[in-house]
Amino acid sequence: MNFDPRYSGRNFTSVGTRPIRPDGVDKVTGRARYGADFNMAGQLVGRVLRSPHAHATIRKIDTSKAEKLAGVKAVITAADLPDLTDGDAAMYDILDNCMARKKALYDGHAVAAVAAVDARTAKQALKLIEVDYEVLPHVTDVDEAMKHSAPLINDAIFTEGLEEKPVKPSNVTKRTQYGHGDIHEGFGQADFVVERSFKTEQTHQGYIEPHACVANVSSDGTADLWVCTQGHFVYRQHCAQLLGMEASKLRVTSSEIGGGFGGKTHVWAEPVALALSRKAGRPVKLVMTRDEVFRASGPTSATSIDVRIGARKDGTITAAEATLRYSCGPYAGMWAEIGAMTAFACYKLENVKTVGYEVLVNRPKTAAYRAPSAPMAAFAVESAVDELAKEIGMDPVEFRIRNAAQEGTRSSYGPVYGPIGIGPTLEAAKNHPHMKAPLGKNQGRGMACGFWFNFGGQTCTDLNIGMDGSVSLAVGTVDVGGSRASLSLVAAEELGIPYEQIKTVVADTSSLGYNDMTDGSRGTFSSSMATISAARNAIKILRERAAQMWDIPVDDVVWEEGHAIAKGATHGNLSPLSLKEIAAASGKTGGPIAGHSELVADGAGVSFATHICDIEVDPETGSTRVLRYTVVQDAGKAVHPTYVEGQYQGGAAQGIGWALNEEYIYGKDGRLQNPGFLDYRIPVCSDLPMIDTQILEIPNPNHPYGVRGVGETSIVPPLAAIANAVSNAAGVRMTHIPMSPPRILAAIEAERGG
Amino acid sequence: MVEVTLWGSLGAIAGGKSKVEIEAKDIRELFRKLAEQYPGLEPYIDRGIAVAIDGTIYRDTWSKELPEGAEIFLLPRLAGG
Repeated sequence: MNFDPRYSGRNFTSVGTRPIRPDGVDKVTGRARYGADFNMAGQLVGRVLRSPHAHATIRKIDTSKAEKLAGVKAVITAADLPDLTDGDAAMYDILDNCMARKKALYDGHAVAAVAAVDARTAKQALKLIEVDYEVLPHVTDVDEAMKHSAPLINDAIFTEGLEEKPVKPSNVTKRTQYGHGDIHEGFGQADFVVERSFKTEQTHQGYIEPHACVANVSSDGTADLWVCTQGHFVYRQHCAQLLGMEASKLRVTSSEIGGGFGGKTHVWAEPVALALSRKAGRPVKLVMTRDEVFRASGPTSATSIDVRIGARKDGTITAAEATLRYSCGPYAGMWAEIGAMTAFACYKLENVKTVGYEVLVNRPKTAAYRAPSAPMAAFAVESAVDELAKEIGMDPVEFRIRNAAQEGTRSSYGPVYGPIGIGPTLEAAKNHPHMKAPLGKNQGRGMACGFWFNFGGQTCTDLNIGMDGSVSLAVGTVDVGGSRASLSLVAAEELGIPYEQIKTVVADTSSLGYNDMTDGSRGTFSSSMATISAARNAIKILRERAAQMWDIPVDDVVWEEGHAIAKGATHGNLSPLSLKEIAAASGKTGGPIAGHSELVADGAGVSFATHICDIEVDPETGSTRVLRYTVVQDAGKAVHPTYVEGQYQGGAAQGIGWALNEEYIYGKDGRLQNPGFLDYRIPVCSDLPMIDTQILEIPNPNHPYGVRGVGETSIVPPLAAIANAVSNAAGVRMTHIPMSPPRILAAIEAERGG
Repeated sequence: MVEVTLWGSLGAIAGGKSKVEIEAKDIRELFRKLAEQYPGLEPYIDRGIAVAIDGTIYRDTWSKELPEGAEIFLLPRLAGG
């Protein structure tokens, strides 16, 4: 990578402004094309048959009657998706999750699929498929699954990470441990110790757009896939590997995306649609219903967490310990490990230990959900921190400020921090008017901190200058939160031209080099770095062309405010050449002008936030109302502040839903009881106050403009901030998320009874 | 020569060591020599290991230099949402 990513401390003209979003008109007029909006001539309808059992051996599948139904063009089972994963265990899990092979591992697990001329025929065909199941005992609760008596989900799993190699299989796939110091010594120094156990129920990202794709495999072996995804290049890699194709033969085009939040980083329907199309010889559209999205895409973990924190009378934490158990669905994951790494990351601790257990259950395969695993760990830790502050008699903000990590602190997950923003977010929260606002009867205030790592990754960008001087920017990171506007601002800043002169598009996988997914809060961080690099490469060519036009050495040409300037006494009387003038002459000076960039954007920098929340609790019913909510977070540099505020508000809104209402409810039969938005209640506008935001700008030293990712951290503090607010309002410590009215009422009544 | 700290599970595979000393100028050389000296680590390197250099986490920039005296910390490669 021949590009210097270091922060340069420049002044900005375009970056930091708030132009109208380029995709806005299409989205409000209904013209924007989402996953299900694409159609092809001769297209078939795909439908998936799903297991009604939480855990069952598949003895036999008879598809003969379905195949004979008029209008059915293809029926597939696992036999049509043979194992081509070559020992890659993670890919095998993805394959098995897309189409069950020997066992159905959760309610909703795909077991067969059909492609037919219309939806009615496809549904009829599903009813004609006969699956002979041997129903097995199941387990859906994370704590129950850890017991020796629990039904085994995979008898080939032996717990990794134990001191002694286990001799018996287990539902615990891995134990991990982080920390430093000596917690026994630390707790020995403590005057106060708080010890609590917490639970969080499984939630879904709740994106409004279901998974949808259209697959078309041609007889020559090439294929197209139009799909709603956070990472079309990764989908191409996974689909190509699972179907035994060369990646270059599969062109994947990403549609507009109606929400992803980590849930669209994983393939489910796409390999199935491609396999159906390959067998039918026609395009196949496959759109998941909401029921299918809940039952068979990738929600986050359910958790069970024990926390113990000790502190001296002066408010210094002396030791902290957590044991975190996270459900993974029926396949191995590293969700508890991430929880173990992030749990105490906000604090300066001499003695800290966290242990994570990854637990298999008969639920859908866990997928990433916005700062995956961190919100649940923060809920447990920040609840205990609040309680400890109260026991000591300190203000919860002052207690956190006293113990906040800072530059030079050894993080709880290992490395020593460089410059970080937890202190400034806490100081800003302390001084925010929200903290001083009066509260009424049955109202409580809570606050909490949150941490997330943020990532960069492989990124490729093309910047093409048209002969009229307009600029096309092609990027490979899917726009999930406004990055097309942000990246146009960055290109405008570098080239010195107006924002309106630039059009940014998300290119398909055949038009651009590989890009990692838009995850880890990396979209604007990574692609802005690649855009800066591509623009600087284009400027180099623009200077060369201007030098040709003037017939002077290129070293005598500089680029300023969208113009080539001839410098030096001998060229002083040459008028500057605009980008448009150079572009218009490009056909006679060497052809098209473009700048390309391929790089790995690393050094994203860790991220912190502090949230404040006011809640009113009705002690008669347990219902809650969020009265006021404030997010304080470091953005490094807000490229498009409105979008940054939107990310802060969106994370808080999702967190409010998670904290107060959302949960997967399984029956004793292991079947999901609430796979729809009527019974799985996400917040709507009337549930939310206007969420106030405060953007801090502490430049990231590893980005030319100081940009940090902002997409995920905002969902880390809400569970804890709201739990602290509810606990203060209700007068009882809440330890189980979601804090739905029945749970709050039960806690209040238990407190009264006790 | 740089001192490299391994996270818990990785240390167990490197013979129970939490810190190892390696002569390496960049991340690429570090991984190559770790795999040579501790063959058990190779599958983990293939699966993906992130390297924190003075607190900044690098996941893919294998050309990143390891400054003398810098704190080098190996971490699992994590997923984001």
